[in-house]
Amino acid sequence: MSDFKGIIAKRKRQDFIFNIVGIVCTLIGILTLGALLVDLFLDGFPRLTLGFLTHFPSRFAEQAGILSSWVGTLLIMVVTAATAVPLGVAAGVYLEEYARKNWLTNLIEINIANLAGVPSIVYGLMALGLLVYQFRLGQSILTGGLTLAFLILPIVIVATREALRTIPQGIREAAYALGSTKWQVVRHHLLPYSIGGTMTGIIIALSRAIGETAPLITIGALTFIAFLPPPPIKSQPPFISFEWLWSPFSVLPIQMFNWVSRPDQAFIVNAAGAGLILIFITLSLNAVAIVIRYRVRKRIKW
Amino acid sequence: MNGTLELSVGARPKMTMTNEVSRLQVSPKVRDSDVRDGQTSDVKAEVSELNFYYGKLQALKNINMGFGANRVTAIIGPSGCGKSTLLRCFNRIHDLYPDTRYEGKIILQPSGTNVIGPETDPLEMRLRVSMVFQKPNAFPKSVFENAAFGLRLRGVSGKELEQQVEQSLRSAALWDEVKDRLRQSAYTLSGGQQQRLCIARALATDPEMLLFDEPTSALDPIATGKIEDLIFELKRKLTVIIVTHNMQQAARVSDTTAFMYLGELIEVSPTKKMFENPDKKLTEKYITGHFG
Repeated sequence: MSDFKGIIAKRKRQDFIFNIVGIVCTLIGILTLGALLVDLFLDGFPRLTLGFLTHFPSRFAEQAGILSSWVGTLLIMVVTAATAVPLGVAAGVYLEEYARKNWLTNLIEINIANLAGVPSIVYGLMALGLLVYQFRLGQSILTGGLTLAFLILPIVIVATREALRTIPQGIREAAYALGSTKWQVVRHHLLPYSIGGTMTGIIIALSRAIGETAPLITIGALTFIAFLPPPPIKSQPPFISFEWLWSPFSVLPIQMFNWVSRPDQAFIVNAAGAGLILIFITLSLNAVAIVIRYRVRKRIKW
Repeated sequence: MNGTLELSVGARPKMTMTNEVSRLQVSPKVRDSDVRDGQTSDVKAEVSELNFYYGKLQALKNINMGFGANRVTAIIGPSGCGKSTLLRCFNRIHDLYPDTRYEGKIILQPSGTNVIGPETDPLEMRLRVSMVFQKPNAFPKSVFENAAFGLRLRGVSGKELEQQVEQSLRSAALWDEVKDRLRQSAYTLSGGQQQRLCIARALATDPEMLLFDEPTSALDPIATGKIEDLIFELKRKLTVIIVTHNMQQAARVSDTTAFMYLGELIEVSPTKKMFENPDKKLTEKYITGHFG
């Protein structure tokens, strides 16, 4: 009997020790992140005025704003989403539902997973060679958006496939048994039922793209820009203009990088302010993803 | 080995003698007379020399049998015997999967269509032959949209769509339970209601044949009873094939029973005969529970 007590006490001690170790490890991660955010907030918050959002960058730190870079970030994201979402979802649907399973599709599958792990600077180099020099798209918003689209395409494809895989085979069989074609099954069933997972993946991918700096610097994004791209809406027909696609640009992380690398402390504060905005956008995107996932999960549970 | 008699038509486990089960006694009486008439009935489908392969594995071996028009045919046999595989030939659902191959013929009357012929489009067979699956697999859409889906695929809309949906829900004995909640998600229904919704969905398009693949194995006895009643009703309109693990169920609902074993068809007989006096020793062993 006493023998058992000894064994039990020893195991409980082990349990207790691991519990402590686990808490410490978790806290290291959370506290570091928390400290970073608090520091950023304390530095940057005083700079967050309306003027900061509506002014162009300037060589005087107090007058400098992030107008051109947040507009640049927004427009780049529009191009990225408009390209990566249809391409990625279509490729994901094809690979999961249409493609025959053989060595070729296996090879493609492995390579897509690998592509998601390629360093972003490599995408930048590819875009510089292909989009800027070969296709002569210039150092433009279009080039920047396409570059980030390539970067997140594998993530979107994988997310789409994962979302499709959670749909039970019985649902597919039921739809086919009623006489649906493949496209009807995809259109009326698989896409609507997988939208939660797909959207979550897309938003996570976009929130990764929004913070990317290296590939955009590689293709020649500007660090100082004091004008906005031409507006997408015009007063004369056809009212919509795509000239902005060809405009040079800057984005928030590049603006931050530029400010941080200056000696003047006031610019560091500016960088913290821009960082807060960037974090706010990213967290908002993630919040949207969580809401979508929650709502779809409530509606559909297999 | 007199065990067969215990499993004679209409027999059921003694311990389930509750009110809702008493209804089960009705069916076999009607069924008996049907079988007597049924001996001369028309043939809806004629299966001849049917072989089926999953890759190199032969799942069906030289199946030959007829399915009576407006009759319920039950297919029984132990797991893996090929009964579901045989059922799934009728709507070519096997074609969804790679490396599947048919040989032989399944001729559907009166059109004379060879279901598994290379000239027959699987889509056509799925439009003509409906299926109800083992697990209720309603779509995560409203009750109405579930019943309407097959009709929408055929381009039915508006008032006509509403009428046909109502009719199919009535045929599936579900209308009274769902008429006030047509817009609610099908997932708010109970398992048994969902399965009847799947039957309504399958019936809505007015199929020639209805295939049931163990339709009650996920349901409780009350829901099972309702579905069995329904199957019994349905044969007025169409031909039914039901695959079941439950021999009492085969006895209760079917006119003809087929016993399969290891991909081969061992015996086809009128249900009463099958359960009281089967021709083959193997059949008798199976239905008395000596293996399987």
